[in-house]
Amino acid sequence: MLKFITRRSDLPLDRDGHSLFLPWLIALMVFLAVLAVAGILILSSITTRWNQGVTGTLTVQISSAEVASEDDPRLQAVLDVLASTKTIYRYEVISDERVLKLLEPWLGEVTNSNDLPIPRLIDVELHSGAQLDTNKLVSQINKIAPGSSVDDHQVWLERMVNLIETVQILAILVLLCIGLATVGTVVFTTQMGLAVHHEAIDVLHLIGAQDAYIAGQFAGRALALGLTGGLLGLVLGIIALMGIGSLMGRMDGYFVPDLQLVAYHWLIMGLLPVGVAVIAMITARMTVLRSLRQML
Amino acid sequence: MIVASDQVADEAIVRFENVGLRYGLGPEVLQDISFTLTRGSFHFLIGESGAGKSSLLKLIYLALKPSRGLISLFGHDIPTTPRPNLPALRRRVGVVFQEFKLLNHLSAYDNVALPLRVAGAKESVVKKHVSELLTWVGLKSHMQARPPTLSGGQQQRVSIARAVIARPRLLLADEPTGNVDDVMGFRLMHLFEELNRLGTTVVIATHNMKVVESLGHGRLLLDDGQLKMESAITKIDPKAKSLAGDNKNVASVAVTTDPFGEFNNDSKTFSDPSNLETSL
Repeated sequence: MLKFITRRSDLPLDRDGHSLFLPWLIALMVFLAVLAVAGILILSSITTRWNQGVTGTLTVQISSAEVASEDDPRLQAVLDVLASTKTIYRYEVISDERVLKLLEPWLGEVTNSNDLPIPRLIDVELHSGAQLDTNKLVSQINKIAPGSSVDDHQVWLERMVNLIETVQILAILVLLCIGLATVGTVVFTTQMGLAVHHEAIDVLHLIGAQDAYIAGQFAGRALALGLTGGLLGLVLGIIALMGIGSLMGRMDGYFVPDLQLVAYHWLIMGLLPVGVAVIAMITARMTVLRSLRQML
Repeated sequence: MIVASDQVADEAIVRFENVGLRYGLGPEVLQDISFTLTRGSFHFLIGESGAGKSSLLKLIYLALKPSRGLISLFGHDIPTTPRPNLPALRRRVGVVFQEFKLLNHLSAYDNVALPLRVAGAKESVVKKHVSELLTWVGLKSHMQARPPTLSGGQQQRVSIARAVIARPRLLLADEPTGNVDDVMGFRLMHLFEELNRLGTTVVIATHNMKVVESLGHGRLLLDDGQLKMESAITKIDPKAKSLAGDNKNVASVAVTTDPFGEFNNDSKTFSDPSNLETSL
């Protein structure tokens, strides 16, 4: 790999002991970057899926009447309102059993629902792309059943999206830290190389080598080491993702993140080693050029 | 000002005007150095150890920046020459360093090839000229040898080959006889004379007065950091002793140059490669 990438070099950079750790460090960086990027992409997919899942749906909650016998007439009146609303595609009253099932995590198993003032829930689905005046609907329903509410899930969704976006920002910060750490490491390694090979660099300089000629040799070496380490990190990252995906695949549930990565996800992660290697190459080049500018 | 030529109007290869040099905050090791070297001249730079010979050479091959004064190389005033243009000037200067400064990790071939490669020459051209030159200096069978495996004399030849491979217009040698015996020293000087006959301006720093006195070229005497002329300067007219001229023993080196130091294929060859080999 290295021999394939590295062109003939006038400097013995391939014998530098201090640069041998660079591929391993870059491998670690790319490994972490793969996990961070995968996290960002997966969270992005989840946000989209949730958004699509709750957009165009409503939940109408009808509070219980003071007199139990009024519950069913109120429910029917509300259903009539929903039926007369053109933007509503479908509505379905959620059964008491299912409501109790949903409440079970908080209330435990309830054997006699008559002991509890359980609200009636109606699952509403709008026509695709339809815009419903929620306030008007709430007003209409409250005239029939005071204290009722219409939940379009936006509050819940916004909170979840905010949470996910915060996590995504953290992941991006991790990526930036990885980039900075890579740059710092390459700067350090390059400066070590400049110090170790200063005599050979002096000779090249004195026989008329342009700064770019000398810098190109360091840059080529950094690119080769970056690609080697980057590909190793990518492989390790993919193995880790597959392991995590396998573990999560055993779990069932709508809210469990789906680790299924699509083609462009793989493309982005595949570009990580190249990106890190290019960063290493540019950093090495700039470090050498900056150092050589101090020479006559 | 000392003009190391018999004609002031000749093309100035090196010009120093009131140049001073000090290292850090120390005293000036070179003071008010003024001289001009014209094309095709040959000079010995002499003086006691510590007189500043190496420092003066370093100023000429742009390894050091003077503390004051003006240095002009090939008509370019160095202080006003943009830094990116300096490598092209350096490529017109061949330097034989006192300690050779060969790159030990490279073969003799790659060491000699360096000036051509940094000038951007094609590998086919590099191969042709480097092989020819190494053969010429008697190192054909040592092309792939690394410098630590070569004798002092062989390393000297590699160093010289590297200095002349790009056919410099100015050749500087710092104590080139310091590591060789007298016989080898004289042979080496004959090599430099042969290069000088091809039009190369030569400056040799040495403390070997036997060599200096026997060859009788111009002398630049450094005394306590100040430059003094010791004897009249002779200038060899390169046209009078041309490649195909009266000296059949002028050796051949396939080196090329253009007026701005860039490598090109306009090569000239010495007539008798074996001459240099035997002289070394």
